[in-house]
This record gives sequence, C-alpha cells and structure tokens, in this order.
Amino acid sequence: MKVGIGLPNTTPDATGRLLAEWARRADDGPFSTVAVLDRLVYDSVEPFAALAAAAAVTERVRLATNIAIGPLRSAAMLAKQADSVARLSDGRFTLGLGVGARRDDYTAAEADHHTRGERLSAQLAHLRTENTDIELLVGGSSGAAFARMARYADGFAHGGGPPRAFASAATRARAAWHDLGRPGRPKLWGQGYFALGDPDRGSAYLRDYYAFTGPFAETIAAANLTSARAIKDFVRGYAAEGCDELILFPTVADLDEVDRLAEVLA
Amino acid sequence: MKVCVLGAGPAGLYLSILLKRADPAHEIEIFERNAPGATFGWGVVFSEETLGELRDADYATFLRITDTFARWDAIDIRYRGEVLRSRGHGFSAIARKKLLAILQERCRELGVVLRFETSIEDPAELPEADLVVASDGVNSVLRRSRDFGTRSTPQGCKYIWYGTDLVLDAFRFSFAETEHGLIQTHSYPFDEHTSTVIVECPEPTWRAAGLDRMSDEESIAFCEDLFARDLEGHSLLSNKSAWLSFPRIRNRRWSDGNVVLLGDSAHTAHFSIGSGTKLAMEDAVSLANAFVRHGHHDRAAIRAALVHYELERRPMVDRFQQAAADSAGYFERVRHHTGLPPRQFAVNLLTRSGRISHANLALRDPEFVRRADLDFAGEPDRLFAPPPFLTPLQLGKALIPNRLVVTGDPRGAGLVRTAPIAVSEDGRITPETQVGVASYPVDAVHEAGALAMACLTHAGRRGATRPARFGVDVPLPPDEAWPLLSASAVSYGPLSQVPKAADEADLKRIRDHFASAAAEAATAGFDLLELDFAQGRLLASFLSPLTNPAEDRLRFPLEVLSACREAWPEERPLVVRLTVTDWAPRGATIEDGVAYARAFAEAGASMIHVEAGQTVAETRPVYRRGFLTALSDRIRAEAAVPTLVGGHLTSTDEVNTVLAAGRADLCLLDVEA
Ligand SMILES: Cc1cc2nc3c(=O)[nH]c(=O)nc-3n(C[C@H](O)[C@H](O)[C@H](O)COP(=O)(O)OP(=O)(O)OC[C@H]3O[C@@H](n4cnc5c(N)ncnc54)[C@H](O)[C@@H]3O)c2cc1C
Repeated sequence: MKVGIGLPNTTPDATGRLLAEWARRADDGPFSTVAVLDRLVYDSVEPFAALAAAAAVTERVRLATNIAIGPLRSAAMLAKQADSVARLSDGRFTLGLGVGARRDDYTAAEADHHTRGERLSAQLAHLRTENTDIELLVGGSSGAAFARMARYADGFAHGGGPPRAFASAATRARAAWHDLGRPGRPKLWGQGYFALGDPDRGSAYLRDYYAFTGPFAETIAAANLTSARAIKDFVRGYAAEGCDELILFPTVADLDEVDRLAEVLA
Repeated sequence: MKVCVLGAGPAGLYLSILLKRADPAHEIEIFERNAPGATFGWGVVFSEETLGELRDADYATFLRITDTFARWDAIDIRYRGEVLRSRGHGFSAIARKKLLAILQERCRELGVVLRFETSIEDPAELPEADLVVASDGVNSVLRRSRDFGTRSTPQGCKYIWYGTDLVLDAFRFSFAETEHGLIQTHSYPFDEHTSTVIVECPEPTWRAAGLDRMSDEESIAFCEDLFARDLEGHSLLSNKSAWLSFPRIRNRRWSDGNVVLLGDSAHTAHFSIGSGTKLAMEDAVSLANAFVRHGHHDRAAIRAALVHYELERRPMVDRFQQAAADSAGYFERVRHHTGLPPRQFAVNLLTRSGRISHANLALRDPEFVRRADLDFAGEPDRLFAPPPFLTPLQLGKALIPNRLVVTGDPRGAGLVRTAPIAVSEDGRITPETQVGVASYPVDAVHEAGALAMACLTHAGRRGATRPARFGVDVPLPPDEAWPLLSASAVSYGPLSQVPKAADEADLKRIRDHFASAAAEAATAGFDLLELDFAQGRLLASFLSPLTNPAEDRLRFPLEVLSACREAWPEERPLVVRLTVTDWAPRGATIEDGVAYARAFAEAGASMIHVEAGQTVAETRPVYRRGFLTALSDRIRAEAAVPTLVGGHLTSTDEVNTVLAAGRADLCLLDVEA
C-alpha cells in the first residue's frame, strides 16, 4: 500500500509559501501522493490552484484531489481545470470526485443541489469521452455512488473512518465493479486525519471544519490520529483491508508535521 | 463522576456495575419505573461468544448468571409434521426476571443507588449529573426529549411473547399451516420450569385469522390449539402479553452533550436473531471501557468517551441490524419456502440472516450437514456426498457437472458463459463485441470438463460504447458509432445517443436475428443458451415501465423467447437473464420480477439468471457480498423456477450456503485472479 499526505489547503491561514514548501518536502519524503480537499464556503485554497502550485515545485509525487466536488463546476470547466493540472504536472494527476456533503457550497456556487448525482455522472461521462488519460476516482457511500464509480472511474475514494468501515466500503466497490462488468478490480483509496504536533489544535480544526454536521463533528474530531502508534495501527489496518493508497490529511498547518509523519512512516 | 441512569434494564444496570467497579468514587443513581420484581417478557438467550465477553467484563456477575442458566445446543424445526434437529449451536438462556435480579443485587453490593417505582415522564425531573444515560428502552423518553435523528420502522411479523410450563430441551421453530397462511413459533427453555413461546405471523394472516379482534383469552386458546403438538398438553402463560409489531430503531447520533443512548434506546435488532440483551450488555462494556481509556475528569474527556463508544459499537450494531432485517424478512415471507424439502427448508432457516454459513453448520453439526448434502445430491442412501457446489445439476437433458459458473477460464467450472454475443451488428455493445457464435471454442470448454452456454444479447440503447476497460456506457465518437434501437426513444446515460423506438419491422428483424443466432449456437455445439433480458439492454427495455410506456410489456420478450425456443433444440436448456427489480423509483419491482419469471418459465425458459438494476443509469443499488442472493431466493421460491445467481459471491463457502439453502441452483463466482 502506498501512503500519501494531504496538503493543508483547507486549513485556515495556510499561505502560498507554506503550501509550496509542504509539497516540496512531501516530494522528498516517503510519500506517494500529495492530495487536496475541496470546500467552497470555508477559508481555504481552491484545490486545482493548490495542485498547480504543487506541480511547479515537485518532480516525483502524484497530485490528487481526494476529493473535489465536481458539480460545483460546469463539466467543461472541470475538464479544463483537470487537464491543466495534468499538463502542469506532466501527467502526475489523479482526479477524485464526489458530490460533497455541504449544501451551502452549492448555494454559493449557484449549482443545483437536487440533481448533484446526475450532474456528477454527466461530468464523468464528459471526462471519459474527452480525455482518457486522467486517472479518475469517485467517492461517496450510496449505492448510486458505487455504481457511478464502477461505471466511469478507475477506482474508489473512501471518505474516512476506521479500517473496518473501509473494508465494508471496499467490498461494495468490488461488487459494483463486477456488476458493471468492468475487468480487473477497482483501485481503492482510503484517508484519515492526523495531528502529531498539536493534537488539540488539530481536533479543534476538525470540529470547526465539520461543524455543519452538527454533533457528528465530535465523532470526526475524536478519530483524529494524534500519536505515532495510532497512525501505525491505522496504516496497518488499511493495508490489511486491501487499500491501494492511503492519504493522511493534516489538521495542523505546521511544516514540521510533514517531517513528523515521514518519521512515523519510515 | 456523577452518573444518572434512566431505566434499570440490562443496559443501565450492567453499565452501572462496570463503572462502579472501574472507579468506586463514581456516584451512580438509577431511576426505574417498575418495582424490583416486575418485568415484561420471559427468557433471554445468550450465545457462547457473548458469555465470553461477560466473563471478561465482570466475573462475579458472570458466575451468578451462568449458575442459573438453561443450556442446550440443539435447534428443532417442526415443518410438515416432521421435527428436524440441528446440533452444536451452544445457547444459554436465563429468565429476564432472574437476570435483572442478579444485576440489581450486584449493583447494590457495589453501592449503586437504585430508585424503583420512579417513573420519569419529563427528563427535567432528573438530577444534575456529569453523565446522563438513556437506558430506558425502545420508547425512551430521554431520547424523545432531544434530537438524536431517531427513525423507528416496524419490522417483520405481528408477534406475541408467551410463556409455557413445558420445559423444552432445544430451541424450537414450529410452522403451522392454517387456512389463512403460515403461523410460526420461536420457543426456548430458560429455567427448570418454564419456556418462552413467541408466536408470529404476517399482518394479513393475523387479520384474516381474526387475531386482531380476539380477547387475550381467545388469543391464547387459538395459539394453544394450533401448536398443541408442540405444547404436549401444557398451556400458554400470559404476562401482560399483547400482539405487537417490532420497531426497528436507528439513531443518527448516539449521544448529545452528556446524554448517551444505550441498549434498545440506541438500536433494536429483531428478536428472531435473539440479540437485544446481548447488544445492550455489550454496549455497557464498550462505554465503561471508553471511560477507562479517556477518563472522566472534565466535559471534554466525557465527550471523547461517548464518541469512542459510538465509533466502536456502530459497525457491530449495523451488522446485527442487517442480519436482523434479513431474519425478520425471512419469517415474513417464509410461506413461500414451504415447497422446499424438509432438510433444505431447515438449512434455509438456519442460514437466513447470513451469520451462519454451510461451513459453520458443518463444524457445529457434521452429521446434519452430511445428511443435508446427501439429500441435496439426491442420493440419501450413500455414505458421503460432495459439497453442494460440486454436485452435478440435471437441467432438462443437460447434466452440468458442478454448480460453478464462470465467464472465461473454464478450469474447474461446471458451466462457462460466453461474453455477450450480439445477434446483429447493430446489437453490439462495443466495437469488440462478437457478432454471431461461429468462432467460439466450444470444444475447448468441453475438453476442460464443462458445458458451454452461449449468451445472446442485443445492446439496445446501451450499444455503441467503448470497451469496458475504459468505463461503461461511455459513447463512441459519432463517426465510429452506429444507430441504436430501444423500446422508446430515450437515451441511456449522459451523452448517450438517443435510440430509435423500435417499430414493427425492427421487432420482426430482431426476433429473427435472435432465432437464427439460437440455431447457429445449437449447430456450434453449445449446451445451453442464455437470452439477455437484463440490465437495460434491448429486451430489458421492453420489460421496464421506465423505458416502455406500453401496457403489455411482456409481449415482445415472449415472442423472442418463443422464437428461440423453437430454433433451439428442445432437450437443451434455455436460460433467461432477467433484471428482477429496477432498483429505481417507479421502475419494475421484485413483484414484477416474480411475475416475469413465471411467464418466461411457462413459455419454456428452464432457468432464470437473476440480475437487478442498470435498467436506467441512475439507480439505487444495494451492493454487498451476495447482493443478489435474496432476490434469487424470492424468484426461485415464488416463481418456482430454477435460478442462476452471481452478485459478488467470492468463496465456495458462500456458494455452498446459497445452494444448500435452495436460494439458487447455479452460482457465478467472482474471483480476483
Ligand atoms: C419478543 C421479544 C423477544 C426477545 N428475545 C430476546 C432474546 O431472546 N435475547 C435477547 O438478548 N434479547 C431479546 N429481546 C430483546 C431484549 O428484551 C431487549 O433488547 C433488552 O431488554 C434491551 O435492554 P435495555 O436495558 O436496553 O432495555 P429494557 O430492557 O427495555 O429496559 C428499559 C428499562 O427502562 C424502564 N423505563 C422505561 N421508561 C422509563 C421511564 N420513563 N421512567 C423510568 N423507567 C423507565 C423500563 O421499565 C425498563 O426496565 C427480546 C425482545 C422482544 C420484544
């Protein structure tokens, strides 16, 4: 299993300099991928812009949206952005897409929330028809999301949770893959949050970032991986469940976090 | 910490014991509306696995509980007058009253304060506390007083919980035929004098039998009479017993601030898998441990513990609720299984919730499985039979050497399906789809010991797409595409070509193409023929109300079937691959699927290959391991036709279970080479 690291593009106050240096260090480190999240109504850097900056200062790592909220953009705009990052990175790009969970993002983007699933399907069809080279992942936990993933994508991006939750999602992804008659098997990506330096700040960030989920934010904050042991257990658990690539997202935008995580994984 | 517990059921009492044991400084007060000895119900069952957990959590309680246990290891199934016994199941049961008495006593020893006969109608009456536990059961008032995102849905049959002074020596399921439908009992002993008898039946049967209007006495008399053979002259005892519907409770959140849901207030699991008390007590263990891990010195620590508890328990509870739903659904529809031979009926019952497989049963009771496998093989007089998946299947004149079906490498399989073969150029799915059967290596399949099945399709509006390695339903560029046909002029997916609605001339042509392809397949030496009426391809588009506005949706598919049946040798089986539910709003339902399957069987189909969904691009599939098994079970039982099923079966044990239980006759195995 490969392990990638998130770029703190949705952590408030992350500067351009910090994001670039973060990506550069990740390129030096043991990480396979640098990944970004997507959130419109929040103090954050737009995911494709963040990856464009990362592309300029890295040579080796893959760059991924894990995930970007497709339907906030038009199909053509999304394809353009994806194409641009792929070009800027010499093809080191993986496009993970989902419908997201926040209605306020849709309102702000003037995008219809009701038809988000169908619109994502249309975008995927568009991407698949126009450009066959970009690796596509789809996230989501509904049956419709798994079908969409199996129909158009190369793999599944899990939304986070303990290894057991990943395992059951992975089974559903494989079942959908066979059901749609795809050869081989889907790539399986997992993700988790970590904070090694300042766990309280990290967990406070998650509480804020997920405040829109109500009390569930607590649950997500409590699952933050805040010790070397917790990270190692998590990584081992995901590897055992057949994850191909695990992305660990930072909850504290402090450059030392890259080194700390590299050390734990070494 | 100061803890206020509402409800002295197993959940609240056990949590109090475990908390107090971990830290005697806790001040714990329990409020209970009933008097110490008053309770509903009779006995509760525990499995060996649960006992292990209880042993580790508090040995003193464990000892007292197990001292008074009724233990047995058999399940008896009375069906068509015969009683079949399956052993090795390792149950223990205890009177609910006794269990509560033990837990209460242990609470007192440890210094937990118990306030009986204190009904709390308004949570504001509860004293201030650091932690408030809502262990007040299914109808929790504490849960109602806040927003936990609660959903309550009735599940399964109407049921009533009786006792009897007959002491059984096994768990017993008994099925009684009445003129209004099947009525069944679940009964088990729980002490040296008494057994529990739960009587249940689907609501329509319950009404038709008049049980909805009977007095308590009449209801008892009715049940005593119906199950006289099981009761052996003993009577049924009521304990405020009433006919109820079981509510399945789910909550989006299990805690809010310092209030936490525990046991039935958080989740219920249908009683037919007998796990409510187990789950309640395991919740208590998990929550108590969470406080050991996170401490309870401040609000944040308490919150962390509550979150930890929910994260740990939820996946487990989800799994039990899924199994419980399967089990409840099984008993609601069990009347359709009365066609199964007794031992297969028993295997079907024992494996109903997906928690016990053929291999598990064989470990528990090798003799039972040996005989079930012999019955399955149709050779009850032999000493040993092969496992179900290696048992040949006689279908018409075709003898399929084993039950495994594959697409591709024939080694080890009984039946090999071809990739879809288009009956005409314009019926291709992709440019790579083979047209016509001519070049298929049937001999190689025969040499590998398997039979060969030709799968004929017409892609309909799902045609002219790129090969599946690039995604599915991705249209070809216009200059490479060909015109598509369907039942109506509606495109399949985004960017898909709008098909032409087939006219009478098209229909005739397509029917003739199918028939001549069938004849060619016969000449080429294929042993079975499969017609693709599934997943939104041409013939499926005629069957779904989503794609065919016509009244008589069966007409054209039946014409194609008849034409093929005529062109295909009579003694060779013909399989219809059928979408039995569209999994989409306003689409065809499983009830439609049953009706279609019946119609095709009458028109000469020897078997239904069960599929679901993909009629339209946006559907609501439910993917999991064996996701088509339950649908296959219904088609096989309700349409009385043999079935072939896939649905992500990944091991021979899963296949053995499906076959032995009579949920299908052939299985497609998904193996990731
Ligand atoms: C027909 C049937 C058969 C079952 N068979 C089994 C079985 O075989 N094995 C098994 O493990 N489980 C079985 N169960 C389930 C089992 O009874 C419950 O799951 C279990 O009792 C849950 O424990 P609990 O502590 O959460 O809730 P309960 O046992 O329901 O306890 C809640 C307590 O709170 C009290 N209370 C409620 N409201 C108030 C209030 N407002 N003020 C004060 N007190 C209040 C109640 O009086 C009660 O004592 C069965 C259930 C049914 C219906």
